[in-house]
Parts: sequence; C-alpha cells; structure tokens
Amino acid sequence: MEKLIQQLINGLHVGSIYALIALGYTMVYGIIKLINFAHGDILMIGAFLAYFMLSSGLPIWAVIVISAILCALIGMAIEKFAYKPLRNAPRISALITAIAVSLFIQNLFMILFKPDPKPFPKTVSLGSLSLGGIRLDGITILTIVVSVALMIALEIFINKTMIGKSMKATSQDSKAASLMGININRTISVTFAVGSMLAAIGGILFSMAYPLIDPYMGTMPGLKAFVAAVLGGIGVIPGAMIGGFIMGIAESLTKAYISSQLSDAVVFGILIVVLLVKPAGLLGKNTKEKV
Amino acid sequence: MKFKKLLAIGMSLTLSAGLLAGCGSSGSEESDVIKIGGIAPTTGQVSVYGNAAVRGYQLAVDEYNEKGGVLGKQIELVVYDDKGDNNEAVNAYKKLVTSDKVDAIIGGVISTNTLAVAPLAAREGIPMISPTGTADDITKAGENIFRSCFTDPFQGEIVARFALEDLEAKKAAILFDQEGDYGRGLADSFEKTFSEAGGEIVAKKGFNPNDKDYKSILTEIKATNPDVIFIPAYYNSVSLVGSQIKEVGIDATLLGGDGWDGVIEIDSEAVEGGYFANHYATDDPNPVVQNFIESYKAKYDGESPKSFAALGYDAAVTLFEAMEKAGTTDKAKVVEALKATDLELVSGKTKFDEVGNPIKEVSIIQVVDGQYKLATKK
Repeated sequence: MEKLIQQLINGLHVGSIYALIALGYTMVYGIIKLINFAHGDILMIGAFLAYFMLSSGLPIWAVIVISAILCALIGMAIEKFAYKPLRNAPRISALITAIAVSLFIQNLFMILFKPDPKPFPKTVSLGSLSLGGIRLDGITILTIVVSVALMIALEIFINKTMIGKSMKATSQDSKAASLMGININRTISVTFAVGSMLAAIGGILFSMAYPLIDPYMGTMPGLKAFVAAVLGGIGVIPGAMIGGFIMGIAESLTKAYISSQLSDAVVFGILIVVLLVKPAGLLGKNTKEKV
Repeated sequence: MKFKKLLAIGMSLTLSAGLLAGCGSSGSEESDVIKIGGIAPTTGQVSVYGNAAVRGYQLAVDEYNEKGGVLGKQIELVVYDDKGDNNEAVNAYKKLVTSDKVDAIIGGVISTNTLAVAPLAAREGIPMISPTGTADDITKAGENIFRSCFTDPFQGEIVARFALEDLEAKKAAILFDQEGDYGRGLADSFEKTFSEAGGEIVAKKGFNPNDKDYKSILTEIKATNPDVIFIPAYYNSVSLVGSQIKEVGIDATLLGGDGWDGVIEIDSEAVEGGYFANHYATDDPNPVVQNFIESYKAKYDGESPKSFAALGYDAAVTLFEAMEKAGTTDKAKVVEALKATDLELVSGKTKFDEVGNPIKEVSIIQVVDGQYKLATKK
C-alpha cells in the first residue's frame, strides 16, 4: 500500500509538469486551432535561460521570473513571424510551419550550445518529508504545489479578467468577437505569452528534478503534454490538467508494475482507447460542425 | 527554357567533374607515406566519444611522425565522420579503401557502426583495429579484426566478481540501459557471474534513457533492499539515476561499467562512493600512463583524456608497432604481426587472444570526493 502511494506521488510529480505544458497547447489550440509543436521547445529555452542565469549567480526566484518573461516574448515573436502570416491559410500549412519552427529552435540551440547535455546547477536544496514509509522529496512537493497554484491562477485569469474573457470569446467565435470590438491580434499574442510562460516554468521545474539539459529535452515532454491535452479534451483548460495527471500516473504505475519498456505504449494506448470512446477527449464537448 | 537547358548541362558537368576527381589514382604502390584511415563519429549524438578517440589517434600519429615515422615513412591520418550511423560508417570505409587506398583502419568507435564495417574489412583482409567497439561479435568477423578495449561480457563478469569478493555483497539489483546492446550485455553477464557464485539478484530492471524519471522503478528496487546496484549505462543517465537513488532514499553501493567515464563532470555527488570498471585510471602511477596524460594535456589545452582517448591512442600505437615489426605495410604480414602483439600500453599490458580481443587487466575506479581514484586492478 505504501509503495502504491509512493508510486502515485511519483506519477503526480511528472504529471503536474505535463499538465503545465499541456495548458499552453490547449490554450493556443482553443484560440487559433493550431497545434503549436514548438511549444515543447519553449520549455527547453526556459531551462537553458535558467541554466545561464543560475550559473551567473542570480537567485532562483529572479531566474524563474526573468526566464518566464523572456519566454513569453519569444512565444509572442514566434506567433508574430511564423503563424500570423498564415492565419487564413489552410490549417495544414500552419501545422507544418509549427514543426519547422520546432526543428529550427532545436538546431539553433545545438549550434549555439553543442548537443552534449549540460548539468543543471543545484541551487535549491530542499529536504524531504517522511510520513511513515512514504518519502516526499522537496522538489516533488514544490513541483506539485507550483503547478496546481499556476493552474488555479490561470482559471481565475481566464474567467475574471477582461483579457481572459476576450480569450474565451475569441475561442468561441473569433469573427463575432472582433465585431464586438475585441482586439483579436492582441488576444492571440497574450495567449502565446501566457502559454510560453507556463512552459518556461515547467522547464525549470523539470530541470530541477532531472538536472540535465540538452537541446532535444523538450521533445518528449512536449509530445506527452500534447497527448495529455488531447486526452483531457483539447481546448478545455481543466481537461489539460486532468490529462496531464492521468498521463503521469499511468506512466509511473506501468514502469513500476509492468515494465518500463511498455510505459510509453500504455500511455499512448490510453489515448487511443479514450479517443475511440470519446472522440472529443474526457472533458471535450462533442460539437457538430455547422455547415 | 534555354536557361534551364544551360543549367542542366552545367549541373551535369560539375557532377561528372566531381566523379572524375573521385577516381583519381593515389600515386604508385611505393608511396612515401603510410596512409591510415580513421572512422569515428565526429558530429552527432555520440560525437563526444568519437572526438575523444580521434584526438587519441592524432596524438599517436604526431608522436611517431616526430620520431621519424614508421618504417622511415611519415604517417598520414585520414578520418571520415560516420555520425554514429551505420550507412555513413560503410560509406566512410568504402571511401578509405577505394579512393584513399589506406594501409590499415582504426575504427569504428561505436559498437553498431563497427559491426557494420567489420565484415567488409574481413573480406578485404585489411588490418582493422577498433579502439572502443565493445560488442562481442566485432572481432569474430575475421582474423584481421582486432580491438583495444575489453568486451562487454568480460566487463560485467569482472564487476560481479569485484562485488562478491571485495565488497562481499550478497544481494544485487541491476538497473540497465535497455536501449542498445551495451547495457543489456553487461547486465546479463553480471547476473550470470553473480548468481552462479551464490549471490542473489533481487531485481533486474531496464530503463529507457530518454525518460528522465526513474523514481517509479527505483521505488520498486528500494523494497528489495539490495547491497549493491549495478547500473550499466552511459554517464548522462548514470548521473540522473544516481541522484534519484539518493532522492528515493536507497542506501546501496553503486556499481557500473566504462560508460560511467565522464560522470563526475556532470554530477559527482550522485555517484559518490560508487565503483566502476574502466580501461585505465588517470591516477595510475605507471609512467606509460602518466606520460600519455601529460602529452595529451599539452596538445589539447589541458583537457583530461577520457578512456576513449586512451584507447584511441593505444589502437594507433598497437598498429604502428605491428607495422614496424612486420617491416612492411603488406596487409597479411601486418595482421600476423598484430596477432603477436605484446606491448605495455596506456590501458595496461596487452596481448591478443585467438579471436583478436585483448587480454589485460581491468581497472576498478572509485568516485571519492568527486574525483576518480584507482581502487584495484582485476
């Protein structure tokens, strides 16, 4: 029993990072119907920026803030230069562009900083709690708390602020929203900024737990977060969180009780099963296309 | 339209010019240089290993050339990049043999690439020595294929014996890199040796190096309460596994193979107190070792040579000495001389067995205060 609880906690740790990244995928998809494949690479950029700032001796809270702001700017720039010109193009063009942006970022970082993994500085040494036979590592607690807090903040932001409401409006019907006087371009920019911020923080939390960073580090978490977003219902914010947690726990339990070779197969298998039963994802609404 | 035609003609001209250039003959049979071909991944995912090996080759070549070369001729080293890819390795081999007409080959570096090239070299009878290809089958390809490193099964056996005899371990857990032959090969031979000698393997689990989270597997291992954990994997994963072992709260001695070499630069705390098998120890007082380290550091701005560099150097020296002994670069005679090798090298006193694998001691190294320390030789 204790072991099972320990495994669930392990799963929640990874899952909350997937959930953070999944939020960005889901928000962007909700607004412009684009799967932003470069999103996982923003996580990598966030981790790299943090690596350089920590190495130069900045305190961790400042590093998280600066890295998040810089990634927000990078996310906005990517949207402006790569996706905005294609806004009225067929969806497939934007999708291919997103893959190209992802490859571009990875290769750029490979040229700039070499492909060899770099050790991420251990700045925060948190102890660990032991409750009976269950051991809670400081980083695990921090990751889960920070992720959940950010998700709650995001829910409040979307439902209570003006810009958040205009995001919702844009995702429901962007034409009608712009007729109502909502600035669509600004709304989309803000969406990218917020999503990229969450990815950057996710990247720093990820590197604190697994202190090795390289230019490809965003690929696999990015892919799994995307699956988490689809699993929960793409475009639905609580869905992204639930999807992330399910992914993390499924992965952890598979590794523990079946085999680590099958963990990815099981996780992606769950996705297939869910999509067969509920094509719109767990919390997605089945919308009929109006013709 | 006209422009397109012109372009096509121009294109085909440049192409054929390139082809013709490729067919240039490489002078007479009695050239005044000895050409040695190198195959190594100098770019790509495994370039860290390839570049270390190539630096070792180059150092040996420079030293011999300063002393007047081999058989009174200067050595010319031609290295092609295989990018860690089998097709590229075969292309590199073909280029070396057909257009550069090399007298011998040092390479490849990664086991799978070496396995791709070895059968081709065996057919041509060209002397080939792989510095670091540890997969068992490499040298079985032909009698002209040798290697400077010990094999994977041998290494796993030595570490198991060390755990039983020196650490008096009773219960061992194995956590191996399940991607590729390296981790699996070491894990299997460790398991065999350890359990046959009366030890108990309490857990044997593979992990995928691309997942960075091993806590689920480690939580399972913790429950089996092992004395030692054997982790045959490459140093990047080892550092992550090691730090998570501490996180989960397992108190066991960590053991590993030569893939650990380089782990202290990533995270020495993670493996503090652990032991691993390696080809040579930097703190070995043997003058052969110390001279090598000194000249390597002088040539490459103070960089400390990893075992891949030492093996690259050893492979080149083994080959040059065999050529000297044969008194010719004739392929068959060089192969015969290689078989009779008996040299004091950086990675230990080396002879070859009938298959072409070196017979030599293994250094067991401990990580103490974030530094490598030679614990024992087995």
